[in-house]
Amino acid sequence: MITETAIDLAAFADKVGSEGPVAVVGGRTQWDVGGQPDPGTRLVEAPSAIAWIAAEEMTVSCGAGTLVTELDAALAEHGQCVALPDWEGATVGGVLAVGHSGIRRLGYGPVRDTLLQARYVSAEGRLVKAGGPTVKNVSGYDLCRLLVGSLGSVGLIGDVILRTRPVPAASQWFRIDTRDPARLVAAVHRPASVLWDGGTAWVLLEGHPADNDAQAAAAGLIETSGPPPLPPHRWSIEPNDVGALTGTFVAEVGVGVVHHVDPQPRRAIDPVVAELTARIRDVFDPTRRLNPGRDVLAS
Amino acid sequence: MLVDDLRAALAPDRVRAESLELALYGRDASGLAGHASVVCFPLSTEEVQACVRIAVAHGRPFVTRGSGTGLAGGAVPLDDPVVIVTTKMNRVLSVDVDARVAWVEPGVLNLDLSRAVAHLGVHFAPDPSSQQSCSVGGNVATNSGGPHCLAYGVTSTHVLAIEVVLPDGQVAVLGGLEPEPAGYDLRGAFIGGEGTLGVATKIAVRLTPIPPVVRTLLLDFTSVDAGAETVSAIIAGGLVPAAIEMMDARITAAVEAFVHAGFPLDAAAMLIVEVDGPPSAVDDAVERVRSIGMAHGARSVRVAQSEAERALWWKARKSAFGAIARINPDYYLHDTVVPRRHLVDVLRQVYEIADRYDLVVMNVFHAGDGNLHPLLSFDRREPGVMDRVLAAGKEIVAASVAAGGVLSGEHGIGIEKRDFMPMLFSPDDLDAQARLREAFDPDGVANPQKVLPAGSRCGDLQSIPAGAWV
Repeated sequence: MITETAIDLAAFADKVGSEGPVAVVGGRTQWDVGGQPDPGTRLVEAPSAIAWIAAEEMTVSCGAGTLVTELDAALAEHGQCVALPDWEGATVGGVLAVGHSGIRRLGYGPVRDTLLQARYVSAEGRLVKAGGPTVKNVSGYDLCRLLVGSLGSVGLIGDVILRTRPVPAASQWFRIDTRDPARLVAAVHRPASVLWDGGTAWVLLEGHPADNDAQAAAAGLIETSGPPPLPPHRWSIEPNDVGALTGTFVAEVGVGVVHHVDPQPRRAIDPVVAELTARIRDVFDPTRRLNPGRDVLAS
Repeated sequence: MLVDDLRAALAPDRVRAESLELALYGRDASGLAGHASVVCFPLSTEEVQACVRIAVAHGRPFVTRGSGTGLAGGAVPLDDPVVIVTTKMNRVLSVDVDARVAWVEPGVLNLDLSRAVAHLGVHFAPDPSSQQSCSVGGNVATNSGGPHCLAYGVTSTHVLAIEVVLPDGQVAVLGGLEPEPAGYDLRGAFIGGEGTLGVATKIAVRLTPIPPVVRTLLLDFTSVDAGAETVSAIIAGGLVPAAIEMMDARITAAVEAFVHAGFPLDAAAMLIVEVDGPPSAVDDAVERVRSIGMAHGARSVRVAQSEAERALWWKARKSAFGAIARINPDYYLHDTVVPRRHLVDVLRQVYEIADRYDLVVMNVFHAGDGNLHPLLSFDRREPGVMDRVLAAGKEIVAASVAAGGVLSGEHGIGIEKRDFMPMLFSPDDLDAQARLREAFDPDGVANPQKVLPAGSRCGDLQSIPAGAWV
């Protein structure tokens, strides 16, 4: 059943206005990604409310300021959740604007695939809709993909429609000592996560409990209470390079996100990509008033 | 001379300007027609780059096409362009089964790719009905779907990186094999761009493991409503089958006469439901689909007893559009999406609209996604019939949008729905889309007059070069 709660986007657009440097602040859980906003940037908050849950559509609409944990709690009543990282205090708009996934990305896919529709406030202070409310939609350019990971530089997201997924019947972490974690990704059918620290792998199996147990037994996995603590720095590398990592790390096998004690060495940026990036910024925000100081190419 | 320059850069026999080639490449599967000034068959990124640069140097736009199976006119050449055909760039360049990634050229056919990697236990998940003939490059251009996108997602989900020749002739790799490439998701922005943002020359696709167990169910109903309600109940029940396809009575009769799949000819609607995964989950899902179907009035629920039976059912589903040639020589296939809860209501309107225009309509579609494909069957020799077909089509699109749906689920906008875009998007929304296009193609040389209606870029009109279309 759909119950509607109105989200006042016009009020949000008024707060953003059409002049002066401005950024949306969420839960500040990833506030340093791409650098901090320039001093003097006006900070506004996005609407925070769940507009509706359509369980039979597997979609949900909420304000960008809604906490991911709050959204998941409301969806849990319908046996559903969103494939967004549920870090304590993180907002829906924040995780979308940064675009970094949680540790279940191997099974759940990247953050970008969750966003169906966004309404955002443009640099000119206008309300713009990107995408549409249905899971399948090729009506025009896919601006939603551009918004995810844009650090607010394309527009400031006010509300969204997200696709949801069923909460799995059972969810269990396992572990195994191994030097060859890539083998695990092939040995079990679509694990939700495989983490590896160079000697031990942690595997999250989700689905029917009998399948999880059978798969674990076949692969020699032992039940464990949960994933290891993650080092603070985030790397993005090709999944095939995980085996060659050194130092203290926990890598997401099959994905290529690495949680490392050291920061990732700066990645080379293709100059043509840099030029295209600058052109995109120029057309969407010619005066660079949206989240100035944060650099998408450094994220 | 344009043709001479192209021949010097490629090879004389791969640059064609004879009237037969120009006529062939003047249209795609939409039935819409344009005019190509010259048709090029490049073999490499460098040759594509040469085509783009030479076209621009001669003041011509360019239009890229793969197999030409698109139904929205996206590959129809307008403004006398250079047509770049990617069908000869058809190599699978590398397959990395550990990383589950393959690099392919854009002309590789969708089904050929899945066949080439099947022995490794993986496949390319997007499976449009045209998969025997459509190319991966075309899949990228239109962000193609297919029946199994319900669980697996559309093309964008399965593309990691794309090497593109941009409209200014520069080459860049958008996206990457790493999970979080720096910067914007240019890969995602490019996919579904219908050839207006550049030319894909190499594509890194995600390969998906073939599921351990697959079971296919056939449910038949005495009313379309009962079938549609079953679809909603399955999803609301927390199941995400690999596919849920619906066929109405008319299309069932047409395919049964063609394929002899043993479909019940007296059913008002049939559902093909496929579930896959590990064995216990699949057994559980089969039972739940069966009980939900029975609770919503299914007359019978059959489970395919063999791979041969399953293949036959899918063959019937995927050959639906060929089968209807038995009824009338021509058809017009629509593509809209509605929220699943409105399927019953919108389907009722589709039948009513077709009746009002005195047209035969058949429905075979991706019900799980709410992705309707009303098919209007007609004989174009009948005077005035095209006007009725187009008017009915527009009403069907309007009814879908009014129910909270969208213009297209997988065919794209092209020319067909370009002028319907304002049904769904405000001037500010369209302006934002035009900005994205402008960033990729400031001079408007890539596939002009597609996707966005004229005048979509609202502000700053003075900066638009004379004659350019935005």
